[in-house]
Amino acid sequence: MTHAKRTLGALLLFLAVPALVATGCSKRKEGSGSSKTSESGSGSGQTAPSGGGIVKVDGSSTVFLISQAVAEEFQRAGKGDVTVGASGTGGGFKKFCRGELDVSGASRPIKTEEAETCKSAGIDYIELAVAYDGLAVVVNKAADWVDNLTVAELKKMWEPEAADKITNWSQIRDGWPDKKLVLFGPGTDSGTYDYFTQAIVGKEHSSRGDYTSNEDDNVLVTGVAGDPGALGFFGYAYFKENQDKLKVVPIDGGNGPVTPSEQTVNDGTYQPLSRPIFIYVSTKALAKGNVQAFVEFYLEHAKELAADVGYIALPDDIYTLVKKRYADKTTGSVFSGGSQVGVTFEGLMKAEHAGEAKSN
Amino acid sequence: MAPPPSLTGRKDGVITEVLFVWVARFAIFAPLLVLGWLLGRLAIDGIARIDWSFITDLPSRKAERAGIWPALMGSLWLITLTALIALPIGVGAAVYLEEYGRQSKLAGVVEVAIANLAGVPSIIYGMLGLGLFVRFAGLGETVLSGALTLALLVLPVIIMSTREALRTVKDSLREAALGLGATRWQMVRRVVLPMSIPGILTGAILAVSRAIGETAPLVLVGAVAYITFAPDGLDAPYTALPMQIYDWTSRPQKAFLINAAAAIVVLMVVLLLLNSVAIWLRNRYQRRAY
Repeated sequence: MTHAKRTLGALLLFLAVPALVATGCSKRKEGSGSSKTSESGSGSGQTAPSGGGIVKVDGSSTVFLISQAVAEEFQRAGKGDVTVGASGTGGGFKKFCRGELDVSGASRPIKTEEAETCKSAGIDYIELAVAYDGLAVVVNKAADWVDNLTVAELKKMWEPEAADKITNWSQIRDGWPDKKLVLFGPGTDSGTYDYFTQAIVGKEHSSRGDYTSNEDDNVLVTGVAGDPGALGFFGYAYFKENQDKLKVVPIDGGNGPVTPSEQTVNDGTYQPLSRPIFIYVSTKALAKGNVQAFVEFYLEHAKELAADVGYIALPDDIYTLVKKRYADKTTGSVFSGGSQVGVTFEGLMKAEHAGEAKSN
Repeated sequence: MAPPPSLTGRKDGVITEVLFVWVARFAIFAPLLVLGWLLGRLAIDGIARIDWSFITDLPSRKAERAGIWPALMGSLWLITLTALIALPIGVGAAVYLEEYGRQSKLAGVVEVAIANLAGVPSIIYGMLGLGLFVRFAGLGETVLSGALTLALLVLPVIIMSTREALRTVKDSLREAALGLGATRWQMVRRVVLPMSIPGILTGAILAVSRAIGETAPLVLVGAVAYITFAPDGLDAPYTALPMQIYDWTSRPQKAFLINAAAAIVVLMVVLLLLNSVAIWLRNRYQRRAY
């Protein structure tokens, strides 16, 4: 009898150690999110599945870095608690259109099918651009023959027809050495891949399959740095942090080669491989005061925080338009579904703004 | 008539034995070397980064002020809940299969099913957890649904190791207990279970070690990549140390890789602490050899 008791006691002890640690020091910095905003009257009646006071953000792993920075500052300012996931742009929209998220990050505009799913679920959203991201095309430091690439040459490398055929640098441009071409790129679930294929191949989500793909951009960096014949693409931030290991390729989009930099992405000359990145805010979620406070905080600080984590801030007049879009609660997307290339985002925003002004 | 085998090839036997011993030595040192190298490198990279504020701070976009508090607490919550859920169920299932249902056909089917389940990739459990706990049961992306999923994941391990432990108890002891007039339940509770505690604890160690390092199923059942607070209840959102480590290793800045190394060191320390409690208990019970 005593033995059995001791046995039970011992098992309980084993379980109790982590339990005590976990509960004993569980502290939660309660935010005062709702008190800050005045027009949050309807927030109280909401039965949120994810705990009332927490803002739920998910979506693109590219936007994650900015959202995380905003969430961090939001929490430091004592405004409330936020969770940020990184399921990818597509995965984020799936959850978003299911009503599981307050805010979804996207490194490309919402696709037509996604917009329809959202619509049939009764989810309305406001599309807010938060920064620019440039895609850097990089080669190995030893690849001294590459001084620039045209979009046509990139297309030749990456289009689906290139599979098993275009395998050598000498096939890309006359005079380039007989060297094996090894390609690296992000996984096909990422918005980065979608945008690159749209901009280069001309069709979203379509490329050769025989390249080394990895969701982890650091793996791509290591891959390109380790093979003299390698070429890869990923977000500009990853190139910036690895300038000593990689060589960036100026891209000729028709007006001569342009090297990606804060300057050329911001002023729109680095085309077609720079793109705006977004957050999509559910209008239903905006009824919750803390979500509203978070989005306002986001737009207020997007400029400095985007630069902080390696992205490029939008021009000031675009931030003004984005804030106006939020203030007017303009729902829907400025894009007619899917990534658009060539037309600058600036142009689209201004065109929409002009159209609105006219109709008013 | 063939001579007795011990007389022929005796020298061969000695050489083979020497060879075998060396192979065995290699087999034990090779993994130890790899482990030592891995831990050594991590410790070199990470240990300087570990201080009190690294433990108690929230994660941050700035590597130097980032901490692991929510992830560490999340992992402890998950492990505790997982053990609380999986151990009673797992041990109960094993006791039933070994002591009550040994002859039944169902037990045979269950046995095969459990052996197969132990080999199912963890991401599959993640999908199951997403469908069953997060969506169908409506638990949402909470600590509880994460722990339930991990509990499913480690159940086969616990059941199998508990069954092995129960089998080491001699039938003569069972018969003696029954012969003295004990009911089956009394026999199980007072004779069989106390004697199999070491084996059950081994199962617990394996289960905890597996659960604490899992990332894939947690990604599916909704552990988030960034969170500004530690869990404060069963229905709280959460993250776990492996998630935090994964996030940091995918950052462009080098300083985050150091953070990741430091977080791995912390994870190892937590794992060792938990396991050493179980090992200490196991040794206590083993010393009372029957």
